[in-house]
Amino acid sequence: MLQHTDTALPSQGMTLDQAVLALHGITKTFPGVKALSEVSLSLYPGQVTALIGENGAGKSTVVKILTGIYQPNGGDILVDGHPTPFPTPQAAADNGVTAIHQETVLFDELSVGENIFLGHAPRGAFGLIDRKKTTQMARTLLDSIGANLDPDLKLKDLGIANKHLVAIARALSIEARVVIMDEPTAALSHKEIEELYELVESLKAQGKAILFISHKFDEIFRIADNFTVFRDGQLIGDGAISDVTEAELVKMMVGRDVSQIFPKRTPNVGAPVLSVSGYAHPTEFEDINFTLRKGEILGFYGLVGAGRSEFMQSLFGITRPSAGSVEIDGTAVDIKSPADAVDNGIVYVPEDRGKQGAILDLPIFQNVTLPSLGRISNKGFLKLAEEFKLAREYTERLDLRAASLDTHVGNLSGGNQQKVVIAKWLATQPKVIILDEPTKGVDIGSKAAVHEFMAELAAQGLAVIMVSSEIPEVLGMSDRVIVMREGRIVAELADADLQPETLVRHAAGI
Amino acid sequence: MSTTDRLIPDRLRSPMEQRLKSWETLLLLVAIGIFVANSFASPYFLNAWNLSDATFNFTEKAMIAFAMALLIISGEIDLSVASIIALASTAMGAAVQIGVGTPGLVLIGLSVGLLCGAFNGVLVTRMGLPSIVVTIGTMSLFRGISYIVLGDQAFRGYPESFSWFGQGYVWWVISFEFVLFAIIAVIYGVLLHKTNFGRSVYAIGNNATGAMFSGIRVQRVKFILFLLTGLMSGVAAICLTARLGSTRPSIATGWELEVVTMVVLGGVSILGGSGTIVGVVIAAFVMGLVTFGLGLLNVPGIVMSIVIGALLIGVIALPRLWSMWRAR
Repeated sequence: MLQHTDTALPSQGMTLDQAVLALHGITKTFPGVKALSEVSLSLYPGQVTALIGENGAGKSTVVKILTGIYQPNGGDILVDGHPTPFPTPQAAADNGVTAIHQETVLFDELSVGENIFLGHAPRGAFGLIDRKKTTQMARTLLDSIGANLDPDLKLKDLGIANKHLVAIARALSIEARVVIMDEPTAALSHKEIEELYELVESLKAQGKAILFISHKFDEIFRIADNFTVFRDGQLIGDGAISDVTEAELVKMMVGRDVSQIFPKRTPNVGAPVLSVSGYAHPTEFEDINFTLRKGEILGFYGLVGAGRSEFMQSLFGITRPSAGSVEIDGTAVDIKSPADAVDNGIVYVPEDRGKQGAILDLPIFQNVTLPSLGRISNKGFLKLAEEFKLAREYTERLDLRAASLDTHVGNLSGGNQQKVVIAKWLATQPKVIILDEPTKGVDIGSKAAVHEFMAELAAQGLAVIMVSSEIPEVLGMSDRVIVMREGRIVAELADADLQPETLVRHAAGI
Repeated sequence: MSTTDRLIPDRLRSPMEQRLKSWETLLLLVAIGIFVANSFASPYFLNAWNLSDATFNFTEKAMIAFAMALLIISGEIDLSVASIIALASTAMGAAVQIGVGTPGLVLIGLSVGLLCGAFNGVLVTRMGLPSIVVTIGTMSLFRGISYIVLGDQAFRGYPESFSWFGQGYVWWVISFEFVLFAIIAVIYGVLLHKTNFGRSVYAIGNNATGAMFSGIRVQRVKFILFLLTGLMSGVAAICLTARLGSTRPSIATGWELEVVTMVVLGGVSILGGSGTIVGVVIAAFVMGLVTFGLGLLNVPGIVMSIVIGALLIGVIALPRLWSMWRAR
């Protein structure tokens, strides 16, 4: 039955007809793009299948087909071996398929319980929602996933990690046989990731089939039983995880050997560009002092909530500090808005690409030129030819993959969206570039490209600040690392002190 | 999807192709249809002077609609525009009573418009209040002042030279108002589609946070847009007052919704982020032609508002119905 040749049998003697849910020969086209080309995928009860692929490989499309959001142009969805179309998300849910998305839509003004049971809340008299029962059922469900949350709290009062738990509870609130997890650990800290693994184990024990989408190989090897690799919308290989090595998976994913080694650089550190002293905010951070030099990559490490992003956004003029001063090239500057920051040569690549980094409904070229309109216009009048020229120059430097410069940024993969954001800032010819989690949600191929590019920028004399929670990235890229904890700088490390244990110790305060 | 050097094309579809498949083209067909239908329905329709008269149905409203289009594209709205007309007209009327001449009147009309726009703008951009609430408030406030000043009276006695702004003809059947409408249309078309400022307006309307994070001075742009809407209301107040020759506090009642209708009919998304000035120009003609055609057939005003409402819903629902029908 299997169409492709390089297929190994799934682990533990499972055969295709034992799959709870399978895709068979699925094709999906969008105008001008073939997103999926006759792909197959099988999910087995009590097993975790890792779906691996670069951004744009078709993983999200598969998730949307499995959850009834997209309709395939060809091929079958098999539930217990029987062809079953999923014409609506409801049909997918009725067949026991549920998904925990990268960005689940939750409602800030509703309570935790209401969020979990939205759309299928328990009903009482006259068909009205039974609040008491909602709370009680929510508590049971939250307990079962080890989340100690009050179901009556409003969602907006929760932190990001707890919101994620609510999203998981919401996904499990239907009678699920198949659970899809789309990069579930992307926003979580170490401890929370461990808790998530435990949850995955308990779901396995309950006999649920799990589709696990992730960019992180360590977690794939830790929790997955099977793997399926996609590349450019095609099935490249699948089988038992115990039969492959990381290097083999990477090769299948990118179609070539990729060294996961960080670019070698000889830092050529010059004069101080940015110096910050006594910088403080009433609630988020205090007493920040450091100097950034030309050609340097300065890493900012810390746990989620250490105040790194808040500090960077303040430096970029989003929020006003309560005290402190900033000097650029030895001159004191007062940055009241992002526009001031850009004028002074400080630019910021935010973590939240969709909301802050890019304007998804505008074309690529308009995104790239947005902060540089003054350079492509004459007395305020736009010169379209120059606009395209500028956009082309910087997107090509970053090796952007897109159908045209007129494509809306929202239609690009995460890695390419990030390239647009970086291109936008480079076009302003900044002195200092702040990258906030630059490779979060970016596939391994693009990740290496972003790292290469950072190294290149530093070599050209740009001063780079990199906020990252990934220890290999921090250690691999930074010349110097500042560790923040609870809004304060707790350590500044260089050379021999740059050890994983040292970073973690300072970040956790032990 | 090769990994070798590739050149990304600028565009996949030419601007001309995009234009042909646009909302504006559809609307233009509607306009032509109405024109043809009108010329069959009434023997008086195809008459240069009658058609010239018909333009007065939309010129003043359209002047405001251009500024309103930019404001709505940026994600804000100004519902106080008709009340600004009332206040500006009242101020001019009061000035006439103490003998102010035509240049002074124009200056007063424009200044009141700007001041009202600035007031709205400060409340929205400095205090962070939602524009729909602010301008519903100032809608009552501005017109309320006119009612206090005038009660059930009217200001009259505008100088002869002033009336030219509403009744004058530049050449043959081409009125001053129509020429002004055309000039303002071009100015706003260029401002929105050809300048940095216009690009910022689109960026803000699509994602104000993203625009701010890209170094756009969002609040400044929005404040300018409120100023422009106020200014255009002042211009419309001058034309309308000159045309009517008197000021009553009920002047231009209900125009705010007609202006918004014109903008939305022109294809501007009420949620912000998209729309063109060409669309608004065509929408102005559509509304003018419908009103005029029905007028020639002696259809009462109440029925006209029903027709305009049905037209708005119909034209907006049409593309949606079409795609639903094709999807079956």
